[in-house]
Amino acid sequence: MSETARTTAAEEFANSATPMQKVQHALHRYPWLSPLIVLVVLIVIFAILGFGFDVGSLENFAKPATISLMLQQTVIIGTLAVAQTIVILTAGIDLSIGAIMVFGQMVMANLAVSATASNVTFMAGQNPYLAVIIGVAVATLAGGVNGFLIVRFNLPPFIVTLGTLSIFTALTLIIFKARTIQGKEFEGAQDVMGIMGKDFQIGPFGFTIGLVVMLIVYVVMAYVLRGTAWGTHVYAVGDDPTAAELSGINVKRVLFSVYLTAGFIIGIAGWITIGRLGSASPNVAPEINLETITAVVIGGTSLFGGRGRLVGTLIGTFIIIILDFGLSLAGLDQAYRVLAIGVLVISAVAVDQWIRKVKI
Amino acid sequence: MTVVTSAQPIVQGKDLNKSFGRVIGLNNCQFELFPGEVLAVVGDNGAGKSTLIKCISGAHEVDSGKIFVNNQEVSFKSTHDARSHGVETVYQTLAVAPALDISENLYLGREVRKKGILGKVFRSLDKKHMREVSTKSLSDLGVLTVQSITQTVETLSGGQRQAVAVARAGTFGSQVVILDEPTAALGVNESARVLQLIKDLRDRGMSIILISHNMPQVFDVADRIHIQRLGRRAAVVTPQSHTMNDVVAIMTGAMTVPEEEQQLAPVR
Repeated sequence: MSETARTTAAEEFANSATPMQKVQHALHRYPWLSPLIVLVVLIVIFAILGFGFDVGSLENFAKPATISLMLQQTVIIGTLAVAQTIVILTAGIDLSIGAIMVFGQMVMANLAVSATASNVTFMAGQNPYLAVIIGVAVATLAGGVNGFLIVRFNLPPFIVTLGTLSIFTALTLIIFKARTIQGKEFEGAQDVMGIMGKDFQIGPFGFTIGLVVMLIVYVVMAYVLRGTAWGTHVYAVGDDPTAAELSGINVKRVLFSVYLTAGFIIGIAGWITIGRLGSASPNVAPEINLETITAVVIGGTSLFGGRGRLVGTLIGTFIIIILDFGLSLAGLDQAYRVLAIGVLVISAVAVDQWIRKVKI
Repeated sequence: MTVVTSAQPIVQGKDLNKSFGRVIGLNNCQFELFPGEVLAVVGDNGAGKSTLIKCISGAHEVDSGKIFVNNQEVSFKSTHDARSHGVETVYQTLAVAPALDISENLYLGREVRKKGILGKVFRSLDKKHMREVSTKSLSDLGVLTVQSITQTVETLSGGQRQAVAVARAGTFGSQVVILDEPTAALGVNESARVLQLIKDLRDRGMSIILISHNMPQVFDVADRIHIQRLGRRAAVVTPQSHTMNDVVAIMTGAMTVPEEEQQLAPVR
């Protein structure tokens, strides 16, 4: 056999990746690619059904008003999902996200509510800025409690946050009763408390301050995760804690700081929620924990830690909201949306398992 | 008679003791590593070679005894302390994060930030610089067969991962590199490449501690062989003075070597 023939054979061997393997490599390098495809396909399907066929009221799907509403609708899940993403990147999970958000939000609202409103607690009538700062601080602290328990006692995040889910839900009800605070009860403080819901127009589209704040949270955290040493350490800790430890990373400190940061983001989300809903209720979004996990997982972040991108989470959030709108505009029962989400979650994890086996 | 020499050990352990509950890991163990040599550490399972290495690399603290690096007494509380004294370890598990890329792994735990306000205030990483140094470091070691420095480590072969781990140990001005069973998981060709890597590191002036079970490999690269038995140093010999069978005999206690026949002084 001649030299050239052998080289050709070797090259052929090297380039023998099947189309399937190429897809696998691409997904491995860009884990947000599959959710992006799902998102685009969903948009195209709903748009075509809306324009070409007469399905329900889907003809409204691609209208600026609907698009604006969909975007505004993402703020609560979208912001909380940032907190969930950084926790899941460390191979943890945070089941207490909704409970902490409600707790922080109720602290804020009960501080800022007018002292003359009926049935308010002793703390009412504070400066609204102070109220927001304290509310966010309380949520940060609550995240810190999660982190402390996980790091100090080596407890699994699942169990710790399952416990704090109950604890913070109960604390909210014990301290603030089950009382919903309406926007108008803030009186003079309403401007500050509801600022996240304030909207403005760009062309035919309507945006809210809350949406802008959410996007800022995404940009800042995406930079922190990919551009700083702390971000690299978060990935390393989730990927292989032993390797991280042996490389001189203080794994416990990184873990604690992740839950603390998550708490801070959850606090901001609480403020955004008051603006979005125009009131502060202890019963808001009981399923929000699972929805944030769904957004993160659909967005291509691995539940085993160490892989994933925030942009995927943002796409995952859009997928949830678009399914929600599209299917209800199509006149389908809410159950179909739940069904579709279930299928997506399982597919996303299956895809993750597959791309983790990549060989080059 | 021990040969009197002016060379000072770069790492020295005196009367090291370490026990885990009732299990004795080290029992008045002595240790010397001289500059620019490859010292193999061999011993049966439970002879205390892992414990010895962990004490020197900072993963364990000794109960009593003294460790000197460059004639300066040190007390390592963590692997970080050992590193700051120029002692780097390549663990058997390699301690690389598979989902991070080569350059991120090389700099894991000692990332370099950008100069000026971007680095100081925004803590921005200087990825370009880190990638350049990583590329240079890997090609210096002659192991740049990887496609790209931004390739994730999980896509590399066993030998390439080993090379990344060794490059990490050899890149940051370290003087001593500890290699724990570096060829245990490798095939014949890749093992040969790693052994060559060890010789290259030595030729660049580094001092190397090699823990291995593989006698032919030990005899191939080691300048001296430290034989650990029952928590203490049974003997130090050279591949020239003793055979593989002798070494195994010393390991198991079937043979003892009088001190004057040992090689306690540097050979290089």
